[in-house]
Amino acid sequence: MSRNNPMGLRHAPALTVALMLGPVLAGLLGTLAPAFGYFPALGRSGFSLDPFRQLADWPGLGAAMRLSVTTGLAATALSLGLTALILAAWHGTRGFRWMERALSPLLSVPHAAAAFGIAFLIAPSGWIARALSPWATGWNTPPDLLILQDPWGIAMTLGLVVKELPFLLLMSLAALPQLRPQDSLRVAQSLDYGRVRGWMLTVFPRLYGLIRLPVYAVLAYSMTVVDVAIILGPNTPPPLSVQIVRWMNDPDLQLRLPAAAAALVQLGLVAAALLLWRGAEAAIARAGQRLAGLGARGTGDRPWQLAALGAAGLSVLLVLLGLAGLGLWSVAGFWRFPDALPDAITLNTWMRHGGGALPVLATTLLVALWATAIALILTLACLEAERRLGLRMGRLGSLMLYLPLLVPQIAFLPGLQTLALITGADLSLTSVVLAHTVFVIPYVFLSLGDPYRRMDPRFDRVAAALGATDRRSFWHLRLPLMLGPVLTAAAIGIAVSVGQYLPTLLIGAGRIQTLTTEAVALAAGGNRRIIGIYALLQTGTVIAGFALALILPRLIWARRRDMRGAV
Amino acid sequence: MSNHQMRIERVAVFAHGAPLVALDATIAGGEVLTVMGPSGVGKSTLLAAITGTLPPGFHMTGRVVLNGVDVTDQPPRARRIGILFQDDLLFPHLSVAGNLAFGLRPGKGNARARRALIDTALDDIGLTGFGDRDPATLSGGQKARVALMRMLLSDPAALLLDEAFSRLDADRRAQIRDLVFTRARQRNLPVLMVTHDAEDARAAGGPVIDLHPPS
Amino acid sequence: MIRWLAAALPLISTPLWADPDPADWEAVLDAAQGQTVYWNAWGGSTTTNDFIAWAGARIAEDHGVTLEHVKLSDTADAVSRVLAEKTAGKGSGGAVDLIWINGANFAAMKENGLLYGPWAESLPNWGLVDVAGKPAVINDFTVPTDGLESPWAMAQVVFYYDTARLPEPPKTMRALGDWLADHPGRFTYPQPPDFLGATFMKQALYGMIDDPAVLQQPVDQVDYATLTAPLWAFMDELTPNLWRSGRAYPQTGPRQIQMMADGEIDLAISFSPGEASTAIANGELPDTVRSFVMDGGTIGNASFVAIPYNANAKAGAMVLANFLLSPEAQARAQDPNVLGYGTVLAMDKLADADRARFDTLELGIATLSPADLGPALPEPHPSWMTRIEKDWTDRYGVAQ
Repeated sequence: MSRNNPMGLRHAPALTVALMLGPVLAGLLGTLAPAFGYFPALGRSGFSLDPFRQLADWPGLGAAMRLSVTTGLAATALSLGLTALILAAWHGTRGFRWMERALSPLLSVPHAAAAFGIAFLIAPSGWIARALSPWATGWNTPPDLLILQDPWGIAMTLGLVVKELPFLLLMSLAALPQLRPQDSLRVAQSLDYGRVRGWMLTVFPRLYGLIRLPVYAVLAYSMTVVDVAIILGPNTPPPLSVQIVRWMNDPDLQLRLPAAAAALVQLGLVAAALLLWRGAEAAIARAGQRLAGLGARGTGDRPWQLAALGAAGLSVLLVLLGLAGLGLWSVAGFWRFPDALPDAITLNTWMRHGGGALPVLATTLLVALWATAIALILTLACLEAERRLGLRMGRLGSLMLYLPLLVPQIAFLPGLQTLALITGADLSLTSVVLAHTVFVIPYVFLSLGDPYRRMDPRFDRVAAALGATDRRSFWHLRLPLMLGPVLTAAAIGIAVSVGQYLPTLLIGAGRIQTLTTEAVALAAGGNRRIIGIYALLQTGTVIAGFALALILPRLIWARRRDMRGAV
Repeated sequence: MSNHQMRIERVAVFAHGAPLVALDATIAGGEVLTVMGPSGVGKSTLLAAITGTLPPGFHMTGRVVLNGVDVTDQPPRARRIGILFQDDLLFPHLSVAGNLAFGLRPGKGNARARRALIDTALDDIGLTGFGDRDPATLSGGQKARVALMRMLLSDPAALLLDEAFSRLDADRRAQIRDLVFTRARQRNLPVLMVTHDAEDARAAGGPVIDLHPPS
Repeated sequence: MIRWLAAALPLISTPLWADPDPADWEAVLDAAQGQTVYWNAWGGSTTTNDFIAWAGARIAEDHGVTLEHVKLSDTADAVSRVLAEKTAGKGSGGAVDLIWINGANFAAMKENGLLYGPWAESLPNWGLVDVAGKPAVINDFTVPTDGLESPWAMAQVVFYYDTARLPEPPKTMRALGDWLADHPGRFTYPQPPDFLGATFMKQALYGMIDDPAVLQQPVDQVDYATLTAPLWAFMDELTPNLWRSGRAYPQTGPRQIQMMADGEIDLAISFSPGEASTAIANGELPDTVRSFVMDGGTIGNASFVAIPYNANAKAGAMVLANFLLSPEAQARAQDPNVLGYGTVLAMDKLADADRARFDTLELGIATLSPADLGPALPEPHPSWMTRIEKDWTDRYGVAQ
């Protein structure tokens, strides 16, 4: 049998784990050393607590830490709560299929683009205010209201929720069928429980067990996000993660020491918040059991259904209208404040800056395609190793898949950059691709693993009985049959790569510019027309990927009925 | 026409170390051995052991000897043991001709010669001109015939049937069953049939073994 | 074999070890042919990006030099990159060939020996520079340039305002404070450490200090606390009246253009006298916007380009620096439809045809004439900026 299997296949799982965890562990090490004062390149070879003292001297530390915790917990709790509410109130109905169809495209809108759109919508000078002024509000100039970049991080939390809600919803939908929720709900309803109460008591506890890791990933992400925080978050002071990036980019290399210390503090904060969350899980579970024990049936479902509908509708509207607004800005002539529409439509901005965006688009695609190709090859190799050699990943394996999503980027990427500086390694396009791969692999694996494992194993047995080698089976049978899922996984991989901000910024050392880094850099300049161009290009790239993943199989298998939708 | 024979020598299959199913039998060319038993007794697993495609967690002892050659340690593709399942398992991404070509062993001449062989095979099962069709557009009986012919084109030395007729309606069932048995006899193939249908066993006309769960 | 090696050695060694000699300009032009110059320049403004792209096209045409604009969000990024290369022992073939620089970044690079040169005063076009009339071209925030950087644009603080909403702008810092008290929320400044925000503080300091000469000394050699006490008192009063009550700030200067266009503010600070006119030309500001300077003058400085000690394409970088000093490039930079930057050249040193390039420029309705712009106040010593930034952060940067 081994003659038939390239040696590489046996080592694929180990290689994949190494490629994912190697950078995380190396980066953590590269953070740990300078945090305790060890930085030989700066002539610091002893250990000390000075970086932490320096960090403590920063007057914004307390507020920055508080922001990280409050926005992270609020965004996660809201996203999860709304996900549960939408499912409890609507899952299994015709209305739900509409909501699902409306919400899932939000997943393909990059975080930064969604944040830009929301910023323009809700700002005191934004589209909503324009639409209502001056006839309803009496405003001829925008009111001096602290809506964006508010010191409490409310706008930032909102920006996170509209993106994390569809993510958790999709994760839930993938997990739900195995729970047979309709059966549970039918039983509960036959016992006179209301729909929402019945669903929450019988389905949600089991569902939560299945989406726990994605929820943790959302918490870790929301606490440490940088691009959304730069666009929507406060600056007096900023959340801790943003301040770390500022110190990392300071010409004074000495500031990398407090930056490393802050990264460790940030890691500790995330760990503490995860523990807190875990504790709250237990408390809520107990409360839920007590509630179930009381036997109260819950009253009218209508208010809950309306609230869920409102939340879902608001999320969709915020993102889509925001993007539409940015699109309009990119072709706007002069656009004075209370006017709901610009004076004139012009292609000037696109003509002047569209050309300049092309090389950035090319770099973005180059990085995304390489990272996705590497992730796909490794994932397929792992899945084939599992099928041919029985090398299963198990619980530990799936935890490892989530590790790059649970360890905050801000805790290990600066360390990776510092490590490169210490060792003199050159940071280049290759390193950016590899850094992206760390985050692309988990999503590609999670997306492709299920359909791949679900494929009827008898196809392989038939092929083998017909004399096909494993290689022939893979290329002529598995891969064509898996074309749809493989393309979907690739589209997800591209979306993840296109959205990466911190790995591109820190590992590319500013030399590699993608649509996301460029858009966030432009955010500071505030020119909505150009931000509009970049946000649209960013979103367009991702959507093009998903569209191809949807259309290509239909074109290729136009004459094969069972290949459309099936398998 | 060679004279085939399949010997299943004290084959025992274990699931996670526990004995699951065992068989010791010799099947002559052109003969059909029917294995019956309740579901869950491990009939399909037994066939997987013979084709060499046991899933992880299972292992076997004993030998499978085909025409005097011990194939127990050979990879599945080298054993030349054909198998038909209750589903036709036609590859949905290939045309009817593509499915047959997948089965046809290499080294049968150039592309034109292979195409000619496939056309002849289609004539043989009454599906002349069906080569470019999408398998999804075929009826159940047509699919079963293509699946059989795909298997025969791979030139097997023995044939396994895993509830191969259970999905077909009563009319087609007898028809396809006759076709399979006739072809197997023509080629002098030893056949091992797993079924829970007594009618299948009667039609096969060979010895019948009843499997029972290990006590 | 050895003879062959010996013969080949000079050929190999010349480009590796000998830096081009700016005094031998023909040799510089020869060496520059075919080089790619990575110009690390702030990329936050689309107008400067366009200008840099134009300059690239021109030097490719004239001298076969390819220009790559590395767009920085902060000049400090380029400085830290060179520093990182030096730390890693990369003494040649560096990634940065030319940096748009001035002030603290220049001081830091000069002090750490990160710059190549002197070369600037050997450039063929150096003779056209107005050294006497614009002393800032050889004193960068009081630090002598010593030929380590070449000036290419003059900047001076101006304020722009929308006459449609604010007919009579306040002309002193005190008047600004009083006006803002009556119109809370209608003014702000970019958040330090953005240089424009720090410049606003320095401009305010100028108006509140009796003897501005002390600003030319390093901050640790003067009585900083006493000297800045009036400034902080003023800022304490000003801050609650700022846009968003000083709880949020624009992060850069150009951000104020959008805020002005949206009608969020009535008054904004700029370091580029032509910025408002350029924005009007681009449809980003209404044509009712005008500029003014504070009574008593405003701070001015020069923008420079410098070459890192380990730059890979020094000759190409010098060719570009020299081109930036040409009347063609300078006149284009001054055109408000392009950049609206002040020129560093002396008009009386130019040939008639070149002078005509400037004379025919339409400066734009929102741009002050050189006479209205008035004299530029010199930049304080860089240490002032660092100290004021830190104090600002302690006092207002965590305003929760």
